[in-house]
Amino acid sequence: MQDRAWAATRKGLFELRRRGANWAIDRTSFLGEPVSMLLAPQDGSARLYAALNLGHFGVKLHGSDDAGQTWQELAVPVYPPQPDGEPVGGVAWKLVQIWSMAAAGGVLWAGTLPGGLFRSADGGNSWQLIESLWNQPGRAHWFGGGYDVPGIHSICVHPQQADELLVGISCGGAWLSRDGGASWSLSSHGMRAAYMPPDQAGDPNIQDPHLIARCHAAPDVFWCQHHNGIFRSTDNAASWHEITSAPDTSFGFAVAAHPNDPQTAWFAPAIADQRRVPVNGALAVHRTRDGGRSFETLRSGLPQRDCYDLVYRHGLAVDAAGETLLMGSTTGNLWASADSGESWNQVAANLPPIAALRFG
Amino acid sequence: MARIVFTQQLRRFTETPQLDAPAATLRAALEAAFAVNPRLRGYVLDDQDHLRANVVAFVDGRRCRDRVRLDDALRPDSEVHVMQALSGG
Repeated sequence: MQDRAWAATRKGLFELRRRGANWAIDRTSFLGEPVSMLLAPQDGSARLYAALNLGHFGVKLHGSDDAGQTWQELAVPVYPPQPDGEPVGGVAWKLVQIWSMAAAGGVLWAGTLPGGLFRSADGGNSWQLIESLWNQPGRAHWFGGGYDVPGIHSICVHPQQADELLVGISCGGAWLSRDGGASWSLSSHGMRAAYMPPDQAGDPNIQDPHLIARCHAAPDVFWCQHHNGIFRSTDNAASWHEITSAPDTSFGFAVAAHPNDPQTAWFAPAIADQRRVPVNGALAVHRTRDGGRSFETLRSGLPQRDCYDLVYRHGLAVDAAGETLLMGSTTGNLWASADSGESWNQVAANLPPIAALRFG
Repeated sequence: MARIVFTQQLRRFTETPQLDAPAATLRAALEAAFAVNPRLRGYVLDDQDHLRANVVAFVDGRRCRDRVRLDDALRPDSEVHVMQALSGG
């Protein structure tokens, strides 16, 4: 049972420790600094990574080999010199934020705003831009989803094939590589973009997946919380089909995939794009256990009145056993469930805005 | 020798040398500081070596002219202050 987790927030990185049925905040790191993403120790490495987004002084990456007691500053992905002339898509070649991180096969991946993917083979001491993705002609048509520039928010590495990964981009669809990033194919067919002119709604290159999560035990299965609803793939992202059975709303930002059961996933619904608050001021989690054919609305222990919390893309996490979940909002509330979401208890109510939660 | 001084706000992140440099331009003065602490570069300049959007440089009390070229001329007795814009909440 995993008994440690991490919360990346606008004012620091918080270590969370399980204490019986509850969780408690333990050590804090980078207090006062915005932490945009973290990567818990994995892939045979004990290193914990924290990506900072210092408003004045840029993005920084730190690593800890002792679970946050001490940190060392690592190298940060740097975009190469920008060619003369108008940049592709009007996007400056400047790192805005590290928005996703993954590790597999000794390789560390970082997904960024403004849309570049970087790779490190030495634990973050040096980085290389994946030019094969950055130079895709389709990038000229990507655009920002909630930001001025596009961004990679999801990196899903195949659990048995470290060279195969799917990345999710707002707004640039989903892209699959089977050769460690040397080449890419667009893999968002079936997603639907209602914010585009009707004849472009099905264009896979401009889709806005908010978050993509992979089932670890059945890696051909992906879940996607998209700007326009929920999508699922059972064929390794070759195709996506829309899930329309969620009650009240299919809008949200986060999704957590059960690591062992490809039929189960959790979502954090909000009313709509134009109203990003819980339905009826009552916070709920949607869970499906039958591949999206039906959903349960889970509320026990969550505030049911005057609640306006929003769970952002990386704010819903499930542990390796698929039973414990953590959910954190952009207004600093954190909840935990020990029973697959059936019931929740509040861990903290006064944290800074929570950007990401990870077990490990 | 022009003097370059960095905001105290940077010191909690990395070494900020205060030094006198035989620099004829703002960029040259910054490069002299980065030679002492290479990591400082990424705190002051972005990927394209432009002054970061929320960093400001004053040369003898005047804001630097061009955040991309950083070609403000320095006199032998010039003072350069690298500061941060106020923001946040």
